[in-house]
Amino acid sequence: MNNKLIVNIAISLLLARLKQTVVAAVGVTFSIMMFITLLGFMNGLNDMLDGLILNRTPHVRLYNDIKPEPNQAINRVKELKNTYHFINRIKSSGSRKEIYNSLAIMHAIQQDPRVLGLAPKINAPVFFNDGSIEITGVINGVDVEAENKLFFFNDYVTKGNSADLKTISNSIILGKGLAEKLLANIGDVVSITTSQGERFSLKVVGYFQSGLMDLDKVQSFASINTTQKILGKGNQYITDIQVKLKDIKQAPAIAKEYGQLYGCDAEDIQTANSQFETGSSVRSIISYAVGITLLIVAGFGIYNILNMMIFEKMESIAILKATGFSGKDVKRVFMFIALSIGFFGGLAGLFFGFVLSSVVDNIPFNTAALPTITTFPVNYNLFFYIIGFVFSLITTYFAGYFPSKKAGKVDPVVIIRGK
Amino acid sequence: MEEIILQAKGIQKYFHDPVDVPVLKDINFKINKGEFTSVVGKSGCGKSTLLYILSTMDTDYQGELYIDNVLMSGKKEAELAAVRNEKIGFVFQFHYLLYEFTVLRNVMLPGLKLGKYSEKEVEHRAMERLKRLNIDQLALKMANQLSGGEKQRVAIARALINDPDIIMGDEPTGNLDKKNSEIVFDIFNQLTEESNQTMLIVTHDMEFAAKSRRTIVMEDGKIIKQ
Ligand SMILES: Nc1ncnc2c1ncn2[C@@H]1O[C@H](COP(=O)(O)OP(=O)(O)OP(=O)(O)O)[C@@H](O)[C@H]1O
Ligand SMILES: [Mg+2]
Repeated sequence: MNNKLIVNIAISLLLARLKQTVVAAVGVTFSIMMFITLLGFMNGLNDMLDGLILNRTPHVRLYNDIKPEPNQAINRVKELKNTYHFINRIKSSGSRKEIYNSLAIMHAIQQDPRVLGLAPKINAPVFFNDGSIEITGVINGVDVEAENKLFFFNDYVTKGNSADLKTISNSIILGKGLAEKLLANIGDVVSITTSQGERFSLKVVGYFQSGLMDLDKVQSFASINTTQKILGKGNQYITDIQVKLKDIKQAPAIAKEYGQLYGCDAEDIQTANSQFETGSSVRSIISYAVGITLLIVAGFGIYNILNMMIFEKMESIAILKATGFSGKDVKRVFMFIALSIGFFGGLAGLFFGFVLSSVVDNIPFNTAALPTITTFPVNYNLFFYIIGFVFSLITTYFAGYFPSKKAGKVDPVVIIRGK
Repeated sequence: MEEIILQAKGIQKYFHDPVDVPVLKDINFKINKGEFTSVVGKSGCGKSTLLYILSTMDTDYQGELYIDNVLMSGKKEAELAAVRNEKIGFVFQFHYLLYEFTVLRNVMLPGLKLGKYSEKEVEHRAMERLKRLNIDQLALKMANQLSGGEKQRVAIARALINDPDIIMGDEPTGNLDKKNSEIVFDIFNQLTEESNQTMLIVTHDMEFAAKSRRTIVMEDGKIIKQ
């Protein structure tokens, strides 16, 4: 009964000052709208850039790096144990780029419940021959199906079909930049020379465009079998095992574990791409900061309007108190006014934020670097909407708190005596 | 045996602005149920100050105040608000109606706050009181559309909604012309006679005071005749 009455009184006061309350609510609506749009857009950008690099990067990569031999001969001389050694007689060796016992390792990793999937890869540096010119490049021997499933390979094949790599023997997909340099069209045959001096002819079945120009000038893709054939290696030959995890945050720990377990190098995505994380969080921080600033400004608007309303309604407050409403009741009336401004203003803000986001989402955005993007990216994460709504309630709560407290403390004697 | 509804025991009040000034000095009196009492005295002698204390709105005093034989002094703000709601009806010189509400709603508010009756019943009781004061035809008008005399009658209806033990008034006819003053006085008189309603009314109107059954005379913060 009491609650209903308080709400009823609050609504009557609110309707009597409809224009002012609407202005206050519009302030909240505007800031929530901008908050939602900004956050959606910034995170859309984040997702896009993450997609550009992070989606296409394995969470853990196993490989054998070329390293200087740690057991130099001079180390064996006991007398020189505590001295600095300049003599490194035994040279670094690249003979074991191959991951030893790759099939067994892949089988074991596949069984790991923390792993989403894995894709083997062969990294083969080659020369592309175009007349008398030799262009350095890399053939990535990939398992097309695994690559599609884990790293969205097909999204970046702008012309042709990635599945052809598997079905057409001796086929290759060239990076867009590389294809332009070689003047190679689909269906053409390009010839390559391996570092061992072997020559091969490969049929171009598609173009690949990653969005990173430099990468597209050197990269090309072939099937695992074709690459093994080019390099003259057996069907166990794998240089990289790319692992995608269920939880990306576990990557550093798992990389360390695998490195020790399988006796090879293991790199996690965080180490490989630390700068992207920083960019993402800076963008998020900026959008939160702008949103919160707008909300605080709106909060001051509410504070002012409530103060004014309370000043105007002093006599009404006095008589309410004289006829038996307690300070707490009066306080709740004004808190209710503040919170309903926050509630409806915030709700409208979410709606208009969604509308504005959709508008941004439909603005054309074409860039040669990003073949999969045609409009501005927007992220419609429900979390932003929840946060925005919670923020609007919190801001109006604080904006309403002090004026309401003041209203609750109004001394009816002072007001009535003053008349 | 007379039933005591309000009792003041040794009430004193000081204003501390800028030096301690005594405004009420050792006020003692009782009011019985059904009495129509008026309080008179020169301007500035402390009548309003006393009424605010008796109405529990002012708690800054020494002495003891009993309403319906319950000690009010030292009670919490919310408890006093509940006492005012249930047991005291107010009529001030100014009507203090809420302009956001209709006449009917204004009368209903303290009744809804009391929560003893359903909304329908409170509405019915409010209509009864408006009828009794001959303003039931104004029930659905907004409060700001009424004349001064009508507003004051609405304020009286509001004071009556919870069947209070006592109605207190601070110059309730002060803003009214002679005719309206008489109407208000007749209403008060009728309430005492017909409903045994207790009244404590501060007034400057000697005619009004003369017509009431009991008169308390104040001078300089003291009661000199009761
Ligand atoms: N807040 C205050 N601070 C200091 N003195 C005050 C204050 N309020 C009232 N007074 C003084 O207390 C005295 C009593 O005031 P009160 O309003 O009770 O008089 P009153 O009898 O009701 O007069 P009137 O008939 O003119 O309404 C007056 O002298 C007044 O100046
Ligand atoms: Mg007075």
